Parts: sequence; structure tokens; C-alpha cells
Amino acid sequence: MSLDDATVRRIAVLARINVPNEDLAPLAKELSGILDWIEQLQDVDTDVVEPMTGGTDRVLKWREDKVSDGGYAERILANAPEPHEGFFGVPKVVE
Amino acid sequence: MADLTHLTLAQAQAGLGKGEFSAVELTQAHLKAMESHRDLNAYITEVPELAIERAKEADHNLAHGTAGVLEGLPLAIKDLFCTEGVLTTAASHILDGFTPPYESTVTAKLKEAGAVMVGKTNLDEFAMGSSNETSFYGPAINPWKKKNDPRPLVPGGSSGGSAAAVAAYTCLGATGTDTGGSIRQPASFCGIVGMKPTYGRCSRWGIVAFASSLDQAGPMTRTVRDSAILLSVMAGFDPKDSTSADIEVPDFEAAMTGDVKGLKIGIPAEYRPDNLNEDISKLWDQGIDWLKSAGAEIVDISLPHTKYALPTYYIVAPAEASSNLARYDGIRFGLRVDGESLDDLYSKTRAQGFGEEVKRRIMIGTYALSAGYYDAYYLKAQKVRQLIYQDFVSAFESVDAILTPSTPSPAFAVGAETDPVSMYLNDVFTVPASLAGLPGISVPAGLSGDGLPLGLQLLAKRWDEETLFRVAGVLEEAAAFSAHPFRQGG
Repeated sequence: MSLDDATVRRIAVLARINVPNEDLAPLAKELSGILDWIEQLQDVDTDVVEPMTGGTDRVLKWREDKVSDGGYAERILANAPEPHEGFFGVPKVVE
Repeated sequence: MADLTHLTLAQAQAGLGKGEFSAVELTQAHLKAMESHRDLNAYITEVPELAIERAKEADHNLAHGTAGVLEGLPLAIKDLFCTEGVLTTAASHILDGFTPPYESTVTAKLKEAGAVMVGKTNLDEFAMGSSNETSFYGPAINPWKKKNDPRPLVPGGSSGGSAAAVAAYTCLGATGTDTGGSIRQPASFCGIVGMKPTYGRCSRWGIVAFASSLDQAGPMTRTVRDSAILLSVMAGFDPKDSTSADIEVPDFEAAMTGDVKGLKIGIPAEYRPDNLNEDISKLWDQGIDWLKSAGAEIVDISLPHTKYALPTYYIVAPAEASSNLARYDGIRFGLRVDGESLDDLYSKTRAQGFGEEVKRRIMIGTYALSAGYYDAYYLKAQKVRQLIYQDFVSAFESVDAILTPSTPSPAFAVGAETDPVSMYLNDVFTVPASLAGLPGISVPAGLSGDGLPLGLQLLAKRWDEETLFRVAGVLEEAAAFSAHPFRQGG
């Protein structure tokens, strides 16, 4: 499975990671190397196999849908790079 | 007074109980060791003042009969566990300055039991790596060195700082997390005991997430008994993690009966490829003999899908990581790199904040989950994962535990391994049990020809850590591993 530069560019956009143009080709080569190695999974017959979708087969507990925590905006904003009047500051998104 | 740092956790626990020394003395001895081993870069953050303060409280509790199980015992915490008021980095630039306003459930339990945290240990960035070299804070160094070779060696990863910290006697034990081998592989490289519990045994709440269907916290210690003592405190149901199991936590220490007579131990053929390292192959045979001599029955088994475990893991784990790491966007905490638009800010922050390996995995995961490729990669990997699990289910119909090597090689030199796929192969013996959600433990069992520690791994059925500790205790006693890293004292 060989990835071309355009595909790597598309993945980078989906992943929200800025990749300079000159890095596309080496990255494509590296990711293709990993995917080539993963390709061996296609040799396994999985036609009648149920996917394993988690780390446990126990039935997970349900909980009541109610607020059980919160009410301390200032503690949460203490880690914000640009807190602004009790909110997270971001670049302007609406003209 | 004898060197307090060379006590086992169980001995220190007993010594404190009898008043042979104080928690402050015990903590000071470890803080001193931590300071004198700074060249190992095992810690990202040291918290000596906090440790002394807690040790004083511990002495008070010990004197007033209100001591917890781990009262006054100095421990190191992998810097993947959120600790209230103490910098938590996941060894990533993107978490610059992040000071959690909350405590992870596992560390809260340790604290509640009276443990004294001495510092936060180094790791591979977001626990992604097998050598601790992807850390933004630089590699942690293995306290061990090869005979006649001064080059620094990796401690393994991702819990490399924890393994080095324990092996260098800077703490009595440490927490680690294991997603594909991140406790067992570094434990093997550093000559200590590393235990990954059954998936769901410990709460994941407050642990920086890597791959949520695989991540498990576990203890890293110098003895099997210490491992059992720590796990008993770390384990248990937590309503804040729906995948943590609401089942009783057994007394793991009591499970160490010293008797394995009649137990059936499986030896999987697939773990002995033609090119297996000779020292490791010999040690495995030795391990088989030890258990046989102790009265266990050795059974040859087959786990036919073993060779597909690593490629399966390298779809499942990156896919989950790409989703989990979407939260690091420069908005709410950590690093922010300004951009012209919101999207530009996200992309620049993530480009600068994540290291190369983390970016690689996010991109592989993003690709595997993207439209048109989901079935071919992610769904396929989930199905193969099922087959790997079923291999174990069948095997455990005829055996009680499985014995394998922990790693395909001893520790290697810093900078020696540069190809991503070759690095991934380090986890070849640990990843299958991770995918299957099984408990596993690595026990130091011998030395390579070059004088480096080697571990043997034991695996058991889900929720059967008791058998694991029982067999591990016997294996430990037979191996009588008493070597110390060369750096110690020098």
C-alpha cells in the first residue's frame, strides 16, 4: 500500500497537523512502510469472525444521566492558554 | 543504619510498622538517591517538599494507629497519571505547563493508602514507544550497562522512567501503564517486576488516554510480593470508568502460596521463532525446568494467530489514539501556537506540540478510520483481534498459565534503533495479551551473556491475577535474581 503525497496531505488535514510540503514525500514513504507491514492482515480469513470492539466482554455499567460534578470554571480555566472573561479565548471565527 | 533504599516495599512496610525508622527517614533516603541518579533522567518532575510533607503526615498516622496499607512508602508515579496540583506532561510538549485540578483514581487510592509520591517519571511521549526515546524531555537511561561497554542503554518503554527509577533504588515501587507492553518490556530491560493487570482491573480515570481498549495501569517493583501489595491498592471498581470491573479485588499477596504443584503451564510454539536470541531461548528453557521441578506440568500449546498481533495492534492502537488525541488543540490547556484562523491554530499547535512518533501514529490511525479505508483496516484489525483472543481462550481450556520470554532482546543502546517497524517488534511477546485483555507479569530471571537483565513473562486468564502471582512467586524464588545494575554505588 503506497501512499502518494496528495493522500498524506489529506490525512494531515483530517488530523489537523500542519505538514510542510517538503515533508510530504518522506512522510509518505514512512507511512507506506508501516502500512505495507500491516498488509499481512489481509492473509487472515475473517469472513465469519465477529469484530472485537473493546478490551472486555463484561456488560458495562450504566449510570444515571445527571450532573454529578462541575461548577468551578476558574479551576478549569487555570490551565487555559488565553482565558478571556471566564471563557476560553480563540481566534475570531465569525466575521 | 542499613541503606533504606535497598529494602523491598514489604520490608519497608514492616520496618515502619515496628518503628525501626521513620517515614521521613525513609523518604529522605529515597530523595537523596533520586538526586544522585539525575543522570538517568528517570524523573520529569521531582516533588521533594511535597514528599517530606506527606512523610510527616505518615509518621503521625503511624504513631496514632491510623496508618494506611502503604503509609509512608515512597513511590514514583508515571507522568501519565494526572496528579492534582503537580505538573503532568505525558512527556509531550503539547501539555506544557498542564497542572491538573484533579487526581487520577489510581494515584488517589495510593495517596489514600498513605503512599508518599517522590516524583513523576519519564516516559515515551503519550506512552507511544518502546525505548523512552520519544520523550520531549529526553530519553531516560537504563541503570544497567553491558560488560565492557560504556554506552548508555535504553530502559525500554513506554514506562522507562518508572523502570529506571525502581531499578536504581530511587523509590520502593512505581506505577506504570501498559498498552502493548509498556510495563512488562521496560521491567524486563531493567531487571525488575512489571505487572499488567486484566483490562478493567484498575480504573483508567485520570490517566492520559492513549488507546482506551488497551490501556491498563499496573505496578513496577523489585519483587513479586511488592507487586501484589501495590496492585491490591491500585485495583478496584470506579464509577468514573465504565470499563473498570465491579468485582471484588482478591488479596493478591495471599495468593502467593509458593506452591504450583499440579498447575498446568502452557508453552506456546509460536513464541520461539527460528531466530530467537540464544540467551533468551536458553533462559526460557531454564524457566520451564524451574516450574517443572516445582511440580508444575508443562504443556505444549499453540497460539496460531500470534504473528498477526503486532500489525493488528498497529491499527487498533493508533486508531484509538487518533481519536483520543484530538483533544489537544491548543484551546483549553497546554501549548498554543497562534494561527490566522481556528483551523490554522489547531494545525500549527499540533504540528509543534506532537513529536514525530506521535504524529506518525495519529496519521496512521486517521487513515485507518477514514472513509473508504475503515473496513479494510480498522474492522479487519478488530476481527483479527477476536481471533487472537480466541487463541488464548482455547489455550486456557487446557492450561492455568502461559510462560514466554518478555522481550525478544535485552536492552539496546540509546539511538541504536531508528526504523519504526523494527522498534515495534520489541513488543512482539507482550502485545498479544494486551489485545486479549489478559493479565501478564514480567519477572527478572537471568542475565544475558553481556550481563544485562532478561525477564520471563507469565500470562493468565482474565481476572486470574491470583494464579499469575502464585506462579510468578515460585519463578522468582527459583531464579533467585540478585544482580544489581553496575551503576549502583558507582
